[in-house]
Order: sequence, then C-alpha cells, then structure tokens
Amino acid sequence: MTDQAYNFAYLDEQTKRMIRRAILKGVAVPGYQVPFASREMPMPYGWGTGGVQVTAACLTPEDTLKVIDQGADDTTNAVSIRKFFQRTAQVATTEATSEATVIQTRHRIPEAPLTKDQILVYQVPIPEPLRFLEPRETETRKMHSLEEYGLMHVKLYEDIARHGAIATSYAYPVKVEGRYVMDPSPIPKFDNPKLSNSPALQLFGAGREQRIYALPPFTHVVSLDFDDHPFEPSKAPHDCDLCGAGESYLDEVITDDQGGRMFVCSDTDFCRTRREEGHVGRLGEPQFSSKKIANSFEGICAPEEAAE
Amino acid sequence: MYVAVKGGERAIDNAHGWLAEERRGDPGVAELSVAQIREQLRLAVNRVMAEGSLYDPGLAALAIKQARGDLIEAVFLIRAYRTTLPRLGGSAPIDTAAMAPIRRISATFKDAPGGQVLGPTFDYTHRLLDFKLAAEGGDFPPAAALPSAPAPVPHITEFLNRDGMIEVEPASDATPPDLTREPMDLPTTRPLRLQALTRGDEGFVLSMAYSTQRGYGRTHAFVGELRIGTVAVECDIPELGFAICIGEVEVTECETVNQFKGSKTEPPQFTRGYGLTFGQNERKAIAMSLVDRALRWQELGEDFIGAPAQDEEFVLMHSDNVQATGFLEHIKLPHYVDFQSEMELIRRLRGKALTQKEAAE
Repeated sequence: MTDQAYNFAYLDEQTKRMIRRAILKGVAVPGYQVPFASREMPMPYGWGTGGVQVTAACLTPEDTLKVIDQGADDTTNAVSIRKFFQRTAQVATTEATSEATVIQTRHRIPEAPLTKDQILVYQVPIPEPLRFLEPRETETRKMHSLEEYGLMHVKLYEDIARHGAIATSYAYPVKVEGRYVMDPSPIPKFDNPKLSNSPALQLFGAGREQRIYALPPFTHVVSLDFDDHPFEPSKAPHDCDLCGAGESYLDEVITDDQGGRMFVCSDTDFCRTRREEGHVGRLGEPQFSSKKIANSFEGICAPEEAAE
Repeated sequence: MYVAVKGGERAIDNAHGWLAEERRGDPGVAELSVAQIREQLRLAVNRVMAEGSLYDPGLAALAIKQARGDLIEAVFLIRAYRTTLPRLGGSAPIDTAAMAPIRRISATFKDAPGGQVLGPTFDYTHRLLDFKLAAEGGDFPPAAALPSAPAPVPHITEFLNRDGMIEVEPASDATPPDLTREPMDLPTTRPLRLQALTRGDEGFVLSMAYSTQRGYGRTHAFVGELRIGTVAVECDIPELGFAICIGEVEVTECETVNQFKGSKTEPPQFTRGYGLTFGQNERKAIAMSLVDRALRWQELGEDFIGAPAQDEEFVLMHSDNVQATGFLEHIKLPHYVDFQSEMELIRRLRGKALTQKEAAE
C-alpha cells in the first residue's frame, strides 16, 4: 500500500476531530483525564500511541516536528515515530528545540525554555496518578471527582516516615491549579518545575488507557510535598562531561568494567548547542562544525579513542 | 555499549532487513503461500480473525505469514489495518438459528430436533503424532459422506424455554455499544462485555473460564449447545428499503445452561452464558460463555465472592492481548532517564542509611 493511501498524519478526519474535542475539553479542565476512543495505531501500545494520536490531531502541513525519547532525538523509538510522521504527514522535522512547533516527548521536558508557539506532547503509559494506590478505575474517578487525595498524601507521608524522604523520583505527582492531582508522565522529578507556568501548550496522550489531559499555557502546577519536606528536583551531582553544563539532567554512561563512567546531558540538542557555542566538558573535544558534532556519539562509543 | 541504542536509524533499517531474511528462512525450502496458510492452518486464521475483530481469512493468513507465525503479532497487524477501514454501515443481527451447522452438539440432551453432528473435531482423535504427515505428499482419501436433507436446526435452549426452565434474555433492538469507537466506560453492559470477550486473548479467556470451574466463582455450566457453521450477513440498503445478503461468515456459537438455585431477586431456573466467535474456535466460544455467565452475578442477584472472573473491571481491562503485549514489551524501550533518577534516589537513601548505621556503631 502506498503512503498516499492514508490521510494526512495517518488518522482520518473524523478520528482527528474526536481527538481534538478531547484535547479542547482537557484544555478547559486542566489536569482532568478526558476519556477518548483511542484507535489502534500501527505501533504497539506502550510505544507512544497516545502521544502519536495527539500529535496527529495537532499537526498541520506547516508544522515542524521534533521527537525525543529520553531527551534524545536519535533513540530508536524517537527515530521510528519521527519517520512515521515524515511518511504520513510529510511535515518538516528538526532536532533543534527552538525550531520545532510540535515536540513529542517520552520521559523528558527539553532543557531549553519553550515558547507560546510550541506544543509539547507527552507520551503517557499510566495516566492515573492514584493507580498504584487504588487499582480500580471506577474508584479513582470517584476520588478525583470528590477531590479525595488523602491516600496520596498518606503515601508520601509514609515514604518520609520510612525513608526520610519522598521515594518517588519520576512520574512525581503534581496538583494542577489547586484542583486535580495529575501524573506528569514518567519524567524525572527534575523536570517537574518546568511544567508550571510554561508559555507552551502541554498535552498528554495515553493510548492504551484511552485518556487525554492538558496543561494550557501558564497553568500553575505544584509538585506535591509537605511544608517540612519541600519538593526537591534532583539530578546527578555532576557536570556534563561533553559540554560542561551544570544545570542539565544527566545520563550516566558506563565506560568500562572498572567502574568508569561518564555523565552526559540527556537532552542531546541542548548538549550539541552548547558544544557548538564552544563549551567543553571534562571529556569533550572542542567542536567546530556541526557535521562533526552530529557524529560525536561515535566518539563516546569508542572510549579508547576519546582517551587519546 | 548501551549508547549504541542511540543513533538508531541505520540499526532499525538493518534490523528490518534481517527480520525479512529470518521470516523467509532457508531459501532452499519452498516459500509458504498465503493460500496454504489460509487452507491448512485454518484454526490459526480463525483465531487471528476473532481477536483481530476482522472477518477476512485471506488477510489473516497474510498477517500470520508476515508475523512469522506469532499469532498475537498477526492479530496486531489485523487490528492496525482494521482501524483504517471506513465504516459503511451496520449489519442486521446474524441469525444463528438459521445456520447450516457443520458441527452441532449438546451436552444436555441425548438427541434433539436437528440431531447431533460431530463434524470436523479433534475431540475423539488419539493424540499420536502422525508421521505420515511428516513424509509429505500422498493423497488422503475423501471422508465418507452420507446424504442429508437440510432441515431446520432450532436452538436447544429454546426447548428449555417452553417450560420456563431457563431465564429469558429480553429482546432488544438497541444498537450495541462498540468499544473500538467509544472509550470503555465502567460499569459496562452485557453486549459490551461480550464484544470485549470475543476480541479477548484466547489464553486469557480460557484461564478465566477455567478458574470458575475450579471454584473461583463457580457457575455450574453445561454446554447446552455448541454449533459451528456459516451464517448470512444481511445489510439494510437505504435505496432499496430492505435488507440483502452481502456475504457469509463462519461462526462458532456456544450457549451454556447453568444451574441456578435462585437468589433474592430471581426464581430458581437455569441461566445462560453466551459465546460467539468468528470461525471454528470451540475453546474460545465455550470459555467466553463461562466468563460471560460469571460476570452476570450482579444482574442475577448473586453474591460477589471476589473471584477474578466475576470482576468486570479486572477481566475487561486485561483481556486484550494487543494492549497487554504492547505494554508488557514496552519495558524493553530505553528507560534510562527514569532509571537514572531511581539511582540518584537509592544512592541518597543508602548514603543516609549507612551514615545512620555508622553513627549507631
């Protein structure tokens, strides 16, 4: 079957309209999980089918799309989703956060601040923040409608009593505009502060669980905490070994079997931009051309060369 | 090293190439045709059609070939194709009483109008490997056939109905819900549960049914009737003003008759469980009817004893194998951002615990 056999951005217009309605409802009620008739997509559930459907419903031919997974543009699943939209929507794609109008992400919020002209689409595995406290959907919906979030606070309190700290490091629950408790998708809690007051529209799609929710621009989002145990975003206490950034979220990369490791920005575009600007980290090499930078990951793959 | 997961574009293309090669297998062995799969692996085709919710033996056979025989993967291919198809209209309900069955058995009556027809079944075969099949080739003599006059084959549960011995399922012309077009809204209704079960994973539905037989929500089921055959699919054509037959589908239908001593709301009578699947698929149809009956505890005024098969939310939210396999297998995707944040947390908690331990010593 040729690609022309499919509608723009794969989904038919009726389906896109149904999804846009759910998005609008989500925007009208920030943090509320809107049920929608999620379609079976040509990629598996759990691979971002919710995000893909939201992106498909938002894309116009003039858009420029960026897709990241774990902060990186070149992880296998990000490559696969970007290719899917290149094929079915023929939209322009980019790896530069600032150039994108729609960014689909899994597990990260880009380091570079977003603008009012951008939409950030999150892939969500389990949209229900209360799910692991109460497995029944019928119960959790009731809890949300009654604003009954005591169970969550008890859980956080028990964490502190047992471990001395809240033992949630990603998918850290937030409260939206003082009303709905929301799962921000499995982003590290380091990213949580970026959810609040963002000029960009943030949309969350959970395909298998058939839910869409949204944070309209400049929505007030608070990570749950206690007065005496305030929320703390955390990251590895290092600088990026390639670009030297001290304030970006880092991946830990094992470099040998002797305990050797390096820390690199998980946001590949952020790291590349910094290196192009001349920043050099502990193990980085000065970069001059972007072509060379594009190949720089091969440098990481061969540590013996980097050591020379 | 793990970073090799990055820069995946070329890796993906190459992996696809390798996959195609593996699918073909040894080029010295003749390639399997889609027609061969459709004709000779028909039960696999039936399962893919049933769980894929699409009646098309040719496409199901193609999906099985493309999926290298992985039936859940084949179901996935069919589902992904199915969503792209336009909805032209709805058919009239199929009339299974008008079926010309190739197989029809009842475990509750020795004989009944229409008779018992054993049909093509494994039931009484001895499960001995047939090495003649391994030798390939060879003509098989045609099966003996007796002439039979077509006669009506009414449903066996109808006979019970005359004496008021079995509950009556009230007729309804309401359009049934469709979980592929509307998000699942719990609690559901019986038509939606039946749709979910007939699309559900055969293994899952089988195990749920089996659990009721072993006491987790026992329903005392007998197979009142199991019938397999083709039925006409009729569709209303607005321009004509009446329904015409647009094709035939093969289905398996199972009606169980369940012992029932009565409850606070219902008199003692037999109750029903219902199973219907595309193609010949008895295991699925029987299992489906048992699970259907177990899920009806509320409308029949029975007690909820906490059995998994009674729990609508548990059964319906976990019966779909395309959803289940996707979510299960997605944990092989990179999670290093989450994992990194977990490492930071564990390091911090460990540091704290070790300091406290040292201080105590």
